[in-house]
Amino acid sequence: MKNKKILSPHEKYLLGVKKTKIAVRLWQAGLLIGFLGLWELTTRIGWVDPFFTSSPIRIAVTFAELMADDFIYHIGVTLLECIIGFTISMSVGCLIAVLLWMSGFARRVAEPYLVVLNALPKIALGPLLIIWVGSGAKAIVLMAVLICIVVTIISVLEGLCSTAPDKLLLLRSMGAGRLQLLRYAVLPSAVPTFLSVLKINVGLAWVGTIMGEYLVSGAGLGYLIVYGGQVFKTDLVMTATVTLCALAGAMYGAVALAEKLYTRRKKKRRAKPKIHKPHDPDNGIKKSDYLIETDNGKN
Amino acid sequence: MSDILTLDGVALSYHTTDGETEALAGVTFSAKRGEFLSIVGPSGCGKTTVLSVVAGLLKPTAGKVTLDGCEVTAPHGDVGYMLQKDTLFEWLTISANVELGLRVQKKLTEENRAYARALLEKYGLGEFAEHYPSQLSGGMRQRAALIRTLAFRPKLLLLDEPFSALDFQTRLDVADDVGNIIRQEGLTALLVTHDVPEAVGMGDRVIVLSPRPAVVKKIFTVPVNGTLSQKRVMPVANELSEAVWKELRTG
Repeated sequence: MKNKKILSPHEKYLLGVKKTKIAVRLWQAGLLIGFLGLWELTTRIGWVDPFFTSSPIRIAVTFAELMADDFIYHIGVTLLECIIGFTISMSVGCLIAVLLWMSGFARRVAEPYLVVLNALPKIALGPLLIIWVGSGAKAIVLMAVLICIVVTIISVLEGLCSTAPDKLLLLRSMGAGRLQLLRYAVLPSAVPTFLSVLKINVGLAWVGTIMGEYLVSGAGLGYLIVYGGQVFKTDLVMTATVTLCALAGAMYGAVALAEKLYTRRKKKRRAKPKIHKPHDPDNGIKKSDYLIETDNGKN
Repeated sequence: MSDILTLDGVALSYHTTDGETEALAGVTFSAKRGEFLSIVGPSGCGKTTVLSVVAGLLKPTAGKVTLDGCEVTAPHGDVGYMLQKDTLFEWLTISANVELGLRVQKKLTEENRAYARALLEKYGLGEFAEHYPSQLSGGMRQRAALIRTLAFRPKLLLLDEPFSALDFQTRLDVADDVGNIIRQEGLTALLVTHDVPEAVGMGDRVIVLSPRPAVVKKIFTVPVNGTLSQKRVMPVANELSEAVWKELRTG
């Protein structure tokens, strides 16, 4: 007989949590493998024509061929355009949001324009962009910026404006000026909004970049997809698309990781000894009266 | 003792597109140095407006506010404002919260920091200086908020129903605590509350405001000294509370 350890209720709970986590991961991996397997199988036995759908192995082969060629260059072009577009729209968008926060008047003036710009399908501006900045990487970056920046401005501005009014009142009573309000209360309380905008923009920046590349480009993943589509090279289209998925996922992961690090740091600060004092409130503080409890030690 | 604060016929109207709301119609009273004044009045009578005017956040439409010899026309940073919620900044440690006023007023010298630190020590929060507000109990948070207003040495404390968010038991203790600290530091304070026993228990004088537009209806002098929990059981104080109630009721 094996010596079975008796688990405490909490250990049982933790074990359950762990089991669920493993199950989720297994299902995720299983679904992917199953999908790829089915895809490959159906093309092999002739149910679907790989000319239209390509197949996982053909994609892998194409990927290897492309890597030997200039695929890295195309990836680099797209990635660079995307990162530049993302960075510009984040920084300029936040700056504009802060300026609009500074002036309530400007905010009111800008409001209808923001609403219209937000509703406008930015792709419609494509032809104009080409006329304005030419058919190069500039137009692509600009497209990405156009798509991201309006959402950035609107969301960040909302975050800035939702600072607790009593915090502002307190600072004003201390004699704080507008810039001090911004520095001590408004910006710190908008950090969570900023982080969520960051995540939204990772997605939007890719949308903008690929759209831009569809319109104008001589290189990049979007270019390969359009080109592949025109010459009916589904292998190429699929390979570029899969690569795109991986890149977008990686970039989102990087931003999510940054957010996680930030919140973990914050959590860590808050997870320092919690002070509990049962029943009677804290008049006459004595240390022995407090139960010091830590929930460090994990993670 | 001289008056540190004088309100002379202070009137104030709010303007909205719907019209004009007269909140204050000539409020006149003064506070001596080191005095604790309680302000009570029917709800919505403009109690908080009085504090905002004293802090310079609102400009009176008529009348004059004088604080320590200077006329108040704009936010001046000479008042420590304590609100219903403790409004501690949750992303700052207790010591950083306490130094906030000094930082805003660009007075964060070594000496002032030491003073802020000493206040924390003196009032039992020294060991929690590097903690975050979320780690403190409600009462301790309110005490930290008070120390934050004391740290930049304001000439006057403004308390806007600072205890109403606390439960009854905690409330008595925190009120005693805050009252004691204010008296120990010899500060002048203006407390706005809707709780009559609290007003009598904490104040040296109780100012009763009329319904809107507010004027000073009557000023009661509290005949006994002591903390809120001490006065709560004194017949004299209870009689006074009764009288204040009556004054409030008779519109």
